[in-house]
Amino acid sequence: MSAEIKEREPLFSAKNMRLIKNPINLNNPITVQVLGICSALAVTAKLMPAIVLSISVIVVMAVSNVVISLLRDGIPPRIRIIVQLVVIASLVILVDQVLKAFVYDVSKQLSVFVGLIITNCIIMGRLEAFAMSNKPWPAFLDGIGNALGYGIILIIIAFLRELLGSGTVLDIQVIPQWFYDFGYQNNGLMILPPMALITVGVIIWVQRYYSRELIEKN
Amino acid sequence: MYSNAYIFRYSAIMVIIAAALLSTAAMLLKPFQERNVAIDKMGGILASAQIPDVNTSNAIKLFNEYVKEEIVINQDGDVVEAYKVGNMEDGKAFKIDMKKELYKKSKGEPFELPLYVIEKNGTKLFIIPVRGVGLWGPLWGNIALNEDLNTIVGVTFDHKGETPGLGAEITTDFFTDKFVGKKIFDDNNQFKSISVVKGGIDKLPKELKDFAVDAISGGTITCNGVNDMLEDVLESYLPYLQKNR
Repeated sequence: MSAEIKEREPLFSAKNMRLIKNPINLNNPITVQVLGICSALAVTAKLMPAIVLSISVIVVMAVSNVVISLLRDGIPPRIRIIVQLVVIASLVILVDQVLKAFVYDVSKQLSVFVGLIITNCIIMGRLEAFAMSNKPWPAFLDGIGNALGYGIILIIIAFLRELLGSGTVLDIQVIPQWFYDFGYQNNGLMILPPMALITVGVIIWVQRYYSRELIEKN
Repeated sequence: MYSNAYIFRYSAIMVIIAAALLSTAAMLLKPFQERNVAIDKMGGILASAQIPDVNTSNAIKLFNEYVKEEIVINQDGDVVEAYKVGNMEDGKAFKIDMKKELYKKSKGEPFELPLYVIEKNGTKLFIIPVRGVGLWGPLWGNIALNEDLNTIVGVTFDHKGETPGLGAEITTDFFTDKFVGKKIFDDNNQFKSISVVKGGIDKLPKELKDFAVDAISGGTITCNGVNDMLEDVLESYLPYLQKNR
């Protein structure tokens, strides 16, 4: 233990902060790695479910990364995927139960998608690629970073879809009545799943405009 | 390399810890969840009677305000209990488990079913809770009948885990609004139920259109479930309905 403390780097060193920042922009799980798209399409018709799902993913991701990182030296490699799945599934069921107990309405809207966090490739991917070979603190940051990267995109899509599709934000009417009187109409297409995909595409476009290093060379 | 014994021990301990954790959480959270389910049930009953602006925070208040009577009927259509005063949540009807009662019915045993009477703008509405099976799990809902015990004023449906975007659409206004104004008895007093018709009701003969609604494309099995649920449950209420019409 004492040897470890000597070489320990500061908690928020530049290297550790990169673990959080990278997945938010340059290595974003949705727009760059194109993982977890399925739930991004499904729960983003309204802002509230998107926020709740993002928070759930952040919790599941951070805790499972830490747990797997703590167990990493004891996990037999032959059953490591099973161990990872048990950890993720237990956490997801826990989150689902808590949502059912305290935000029942939202949990009904999210329906199967909370359960589907288990199959979210971002989580399995991070456990396998990062938590299995890193200490708990960096694993925690990596989990938070990736889940945030996922959540931010989800919330941007949901905000745009709810605003343009229903004229509301968090179920509060924001587009004024006189605007409708001039002939403005809510875009019904926005609340259908295909527009989520197109919105993801637009976000990728905008992101690449500002982060030129993401553009492929050839 | 890890030995097989280690792997077995490791997985056994892991599973026991996970099970203990989850069952503790389930036990601790159960009262909250059951409360939410009860509030949701009230919300559904009110919403089927087309009472506006029902949400989780006002459902209990509105439920006590609008529900005037909770009736328990038996298989012969006789009233077993009529609960009129007091907290409407405490009525026997509200506590009846439809699943158990419908199971009794399927086995030919005597059963008891709930019926809610709501008074809205001076007219009495009769709310029949329904329950059935969809593609992936149970379906349930409420049908509000007008004073004539024939015309549908409104319906609500809910489900455990139908496919989002397809079968799950039965909860949306787009589907439930189609039931408004439909009838369950024809002019000769014959019970018709409401059929959920694949391919649309436009192709049906005119005299059948009052007893059918369009099914949802891509949600055929869920819609068949709704169809069977309505027929099955309304049939159980038939003795009562016929006695009181």
